[in-house]
Amino acid sequence: MERETIISARNLVKNFGHFTANDNLSFEVRKGEIFGFLGANGAGKTTAIRILCGLSSPTSGEVEVAGFDIYRETEKIKKNIGYMSQKFSLYEDLTILENIKLYAGIYGISRKQRKEKESELLKKLELENVKNKLIGDLPLGWKQKLAFSVAIFHDPKIVFLDEPTGGVDPVTRRKFWDLIYEAAHNGITVFVTTHYMDEAEYCDRVSIMNAGRIEALDTPAKLKEKYNATNMDEVFLKIAR
Amino acid sequence: MKTILYLLQKEFRQIFRNKTILPMIFVVPIMQMLILVFAATYDMKRIDLVVVDHDMSENSRQLIAKFDGIPFFHVHHLEQSEKLAEDKLLNDEADAILVFPVNFERNLIRDDETKVQLLINAIESNSAQLIYAYSANIISDFNKDIIAEWKGIPEFTPPTKVEITENYWYNPELDYKWFMAPGILAILVTIIGMFMSGMNLVREKEIGTIEQLNVTPLKKYQFIIGKLIPFWIIGLFDLAFGLTIAWLVFDLPIVGSLFTLFFMAGIYLIGVLGLGLFISTLADTQQQVMFVSFFFMMIFVLMGGIFTPVESMPNWAQTIDRLNPIYYFMRVMRMVVLKGSNITDLLQELVSLSILGITFLSLAIWRYRKTA
Repeated sequence: MERETIISARNLVKNFGHFTANDNLSFEVRKGEIFGFLGANGAGKTTAIRILCGLSSPTSGEVEVAGFDIYRETEKIKKNIGYMSQKFSLYEDLTILENIKLYAGIYGISRKQRKEKESELLKKLELENVKNKLIGDLPLGWKQKLAFSVAIFHDPKIVFLDEPTGGVDPVTRRKFWDLIYEAAHNGITVFVTTHYMDEAEYCDRVSIMNAGRIEALDTPAKLKEKYNATNMDEVFLKIAR
Repeated sequence: MKTILYLLQKEFRQIFRNKTILPMIFVVPIMQMLILVFAATYDMKRIDLVVVDHDMSENSRQLIAKFDGIPFFHVHHLEQSEKLAEDKLLNDEADAILVFPVNFERNLIRDDETKVQLLINAIESNSAQLIYAYSANIISDFNKDIIAEWKGIPEFTPPTKVEITENYWYNPELDYKWFMAPGILAILVTIIGMFMSGMNLVREKEIGTIEQLNVTPLKKYQFIIGKLIPFWIIGLFDLAFGLTIAWLVFDLPIVGSLFTLFFMAGIYLIGVLGLGLFISTLADTQQQVMFVSFFFMMIFVLMGGIFTPVESMPNWAQTIDRLNPIYYFMRVMRMVVLKGSNITDLLQELVSLSILGITFLSLAIWRYRKTA
């Protein structure tokens, strides 16, 4: 059963001066899947994700996101995606509710709709007691859950997560992945970068990047079989070496 | 439009929670009006005059007494040699030296003509000119006395030459504070406009929050307008606040209409805010914004006519000044506040400020990049 393609990149290249951050990337992401983008630090994951989100323009190559061309239809793409950057980037000097209100407003969500979703969300994340606290005062794990929830608040077709679980404990990471599964279950395509190999196991398909190139792309099970490994850690070490 | 309201709400919340910006909005106008306006004055409060009298005559003493009679002239007549007097000038203990030659009185009686020498410390040319003007007045007064005394003509006889009677309009008492206050207010509004808006935008770049906005379908103009309006309001508020202080503390008369003043200030602020935002779209850090804004600020202020009249600048400088928003706004401030000029009198300023405002704002919107 082949599902329709929602992101496609063909020969995507990004140069910074003489440095090639993305070297001829070609891949397709299917609708509704959790697509893992793996690689060591500096492999070019963030560069690629920023291009897909329209924050950076590619040097060459053809890229389509949610059916729109990355060069000409950037603003249309932006209506259909959510993004959570590596660096926490909600407003720390605003409260949880104020941040939600701002982004809901920008995406044109009506007041009534926002109120409904907001109370549901706060209940789910168990943040009702701190909803009027400044975000800067919250622990990192809570901030990340909130950043993810704000990124999908407007029900985008795709959400891009750039190392969403950096710097938090395994329990919080596990809980974070529950949120990702829930989003995927609701039909949101998830594009996630990480360098935690245990997280790779949670993905439907993964691509492994090394020095700007995609070295492997398949389901975790097939990759383990192909590289004769018991877990993704071994697969990664064999490829990266 | 609704989107911009959400952005404004966010900006105001952040401004009112900021422990640096909020006090600045109130402290800067108070400091500027109370300290700068009093400090930046050309009025001579005290002139130290050293007299070297080689003549020691009746007439030289009379002239010295005339200088002594003016309250701000402090006459020291101790020095018998020019050398010692010059040392005083060199050490900044004296502002001017008055030298009577040996035959001062003899020449006056015999030739009907005599000379004194006046040496003025001209490091500050403005003060030097004032000292000269005062001294020339005193000496011409002395001349009239002598003529009256010798010829026996009473002082109240109509003068034989044309005389000027002064009547200073728009600032009858030549109160320097009245001249400075509108100018300092113009600078205040400029600082608020250029620095606050620019620093605010580039701060979002530094902490990374701008990325989250850049992945939304937010329009470029919405973002820039959302950054401009809060500081536009704060700028106009500070103008009102500063004017109130000036009115309370040194009775600054506001002859013209406040509506005209704030209307023009509103247009002016769009220009400076636009420039500040334009600079910050080009910069990556707050330091860069500070440096570049400071560079423009210095040129604008020094060429804007607050300290030196633009009319006495060389022609090429006056031509450059056509691009200087402060030049127009300084004129607007003084003309409306002191002279009561209305919009029709300020048509040229209105047109120029509008053109500059539209240009700078468009540059900011054009240059703001959602995609790096």
